[in-house]
Amino acid sequence: MLKIEKLNKSYTTTKALSEIDLDVPKGIIFGLLGPNGAGKTTLIRIINQIIDSDSGSVYINGELLAPKHIAQIGYLPEERGLYKKMSVWDQMIYFARLKGLSSIDAKTKINQWLDKLEIASWKEKKIEDLSKGMAQKIQFISTVIHNPPLLILDEPFSGFDPVNAEIIKNEILELKSKGTTVILSTHRMESVELLCDQVAMINRSEKILDGTIKQIKLSYRPDVYSISLDHLIQQIPSEWAAKQEDSIMHFTLPLSGKTPNQLLHELMEYGEIIKFQEVVPSMEEIFIHQVKASENG
Amino acid sequence: MDKIWLVIQREYLSRVKKKSFLLVTLLTPLIFPAIMGIFVWIALQEKENQSLRIIEVIDENKLFFLESSEQYAFSFSNTTAEDAKVLVQNGERYGFLLIPKIDLESPAGITYYGEENPNMNLISYLENNLKKKIEEQRLFESGIDPKIINDVRTKVAIKSITLDDQGAETVSDATVNYAIGFLAGILIYMFIFIYGNQIMQGVIEEKSSRIVEILVSSLKPFQLMMGKILGIAAVGLTQLIIWIVLIGTLTTVVTGFLGMQMPQQQAMEMASADLGQSLPNTQLGDILQMISGINVIELVLCFIFYFLGGYLMYGALFAGIGSAVDAPSDAQQFMLPVTIPLIVAYLGLFVFVLNDPNSTTSFWLSIIPLTSPIAMMGRVSYGVPGLELALSMGLLIIGFISTTWLAGKIYRIGILMHGTKPTYKTLWKWIKTNN
Repeated sequence: MLKIEKLNKSYTTTKALSEIDLDVPKGIIFGLLGPNGAGKTTLIRIINQIIDSDSGSVYINGELLAPKHIAQIGYLPEERGLYKKMSVWDQMIYFARLKGLSSIDAKTKINQWLDKLEIASWKEKKIEDLSKGMAQKIQFISTVIHNPPLLILDEPFSGFDPVNAEIIKNEILELKSKGTTVILSTHRMESVELLCDQVAMINRSEKILDGTIKQIKLSYRPDVYSISLDHLIQQIPSEWAAKQEDSIMHFTLPLSGKTPNQLLHELMEYGEIIKFQEVVPSMEEIFIHQVKASENG
Repeated sequence: MDKIWLVIQREYLSRVKKKSFLLVTLLTPLIFPAIMGIFVWIALQEKENQSLRIIEVIDENKLFFLESSEQYAFSFSNTTAEDAKVLVQNGERYGFLLIPKIDLESPAGITYYGEENPNMNLISYLENNLKKKIEEQRLFESGIDPKIINDVRTKVAIKSITLDDQGAETVSDATVNYAIGFLAGILIYMFIFIYGNQIMQGVIEEKSSRIVEILVSSLKPFQLMMGKILGIAAVGLTQLIIWIVLIGTLTTVVTGFLGMQMPQQQAMEMASADLGQSLPNTQLGDILQMISGINVIELVLCFIFYFLGGYLMYGALFAGIGSAVDAPSDAQQFMLPVTIPLIVAYLGLFVFVLNDPNSTTSFWLSIIPLTSPIAMMGRVSYGVPGLELALSMGLLIIGFISTTWLAGKIYRIGILMHGTKPTYKTLWKWIKTNN
């Protein structure tokens, strides 16, 4: 769906992107991760043709990025707003028409969405009379009103209360099931693990990691197991630093060159194994680890 | 192009639909005739309710006679000055005029006493009368019959005719030309200021409410900027047209209505005493001839051209300023280079152009694009050589293309910048940046 090759962008004093390559397959949710100031917004603005890159290319469905692709992208910026004095209806018509929808199409689509989210009664209200959560819903609908095959959401959940965040999350998943490709830019890892199929991590203008969540987690497993033993037969070594809870001992052990089965055999001699589980790092841990690693190296 | 059209529509409708627009548009033209009407009405009431004011006169020369008017009557009884003062204090007399023995060649010491401050009308009425009497007396003493003077007094009015290269003649009148230049210049000046500010406010609104990033993901920043400038221009034109129609109709109705109520003579008196002397033989026909002597089509076309040209040129600058700042209060620092040429043009119109449309200063003011929209309108009604007009217009077109280009460069970067207070240096950097 989206392919980026050797993308570079510098501002007068800083380098925002250096040699970024990305490949986003169709129909997935792609997480674009990185701390604030890493270059995510610059990358997104280039894809949206708001700014130009210094060098490198962006392809959409194999075609070099061109003005006609504007209609194929839905963009929810991190910094977003609506015209306070405009009615919900006029506002949505305006955004839909700017994305190239005909007046009739725009009206039909808007009505469908308003009915779907059960907010048809807001039509004539002005944005300034809506609550923040309500306005966010309108903002989201405005983003997807033209059925874009590529949806770019920059920190989509910031500012949403949990209930509305859930509604929007479900809408994103539904759009994905219908074949929409979603790029989700965020520095909040909890939403990444829940939603994303694939991620890329950017720090200080460089891509430091990309792949599917599964791949990344596999390559970052530290080969450590979390173990719980009951009915101890013999005293466990003190260097395992076990924590006792009633008669149960909890501790973690690295494989240290053994296979998991070998470790299991060893442990059987100490007591009854009630838990033996590989420790898998969370995306957040990988993220922090990677950022630190790239900053130190 | 259709996206610019969408922006124009939004900018236009969102403003025209506002209640405040409706109020300002409908009430402003009502204010002028209303004020006029109130003044005329008050004046009429005063005339009706006025009691005759009696003024005591003591003339030690036994020379003067003052004719009573509708407002003032003069009593020449032989009281003393002391008694007359008492009469004024009692309220039996409105005022008291003391004319001591005077030397006719340099009359001095004439004094008016009153319980209240005398109004200008009364004083000038007295002065004029006394002056006339003294003059007559002196003529008489030099052996000239004042009657002869009255007979030979002649009024002269010069009819001015402009000759063009082909020898065609047009009747022109400096007063009419002055009025046209004055009105057109002021209108353009006001329009640029009021609507330029609206452009700036609109840009700041879009920027500070963070709508702009969504917008520029759908259309080019330049389209957004031009759409806003043109949409607001349409709002201004709408307002202007409504005003012209309303003011025209209302003024006709009001003056027509009051004109019927007011006897002709009173109306003439009220229309200032001096006017009758300066345009003595001017009949309505002559005025019409003068107005028709001005090339109305040329004037209207020029007005529209300079009106739009000036607006577009300054509008772009206002948009550029708006895009660079986060709040209207931050805009002040950048306003100076925009307001100074406007004010120079405005002052230049009064100081130079209207007084001497063909002077060198007037020429340059009407050629330089930053001042020409206002200054040229002061010259057009007097007639401007075709070549100069073409030069001025051409430069104005180049002027607004350049300011639009300049503002566009600032705009596309400025609208995405938040939280930094830009300086002229940063603006210059933005202009130099390629994308």
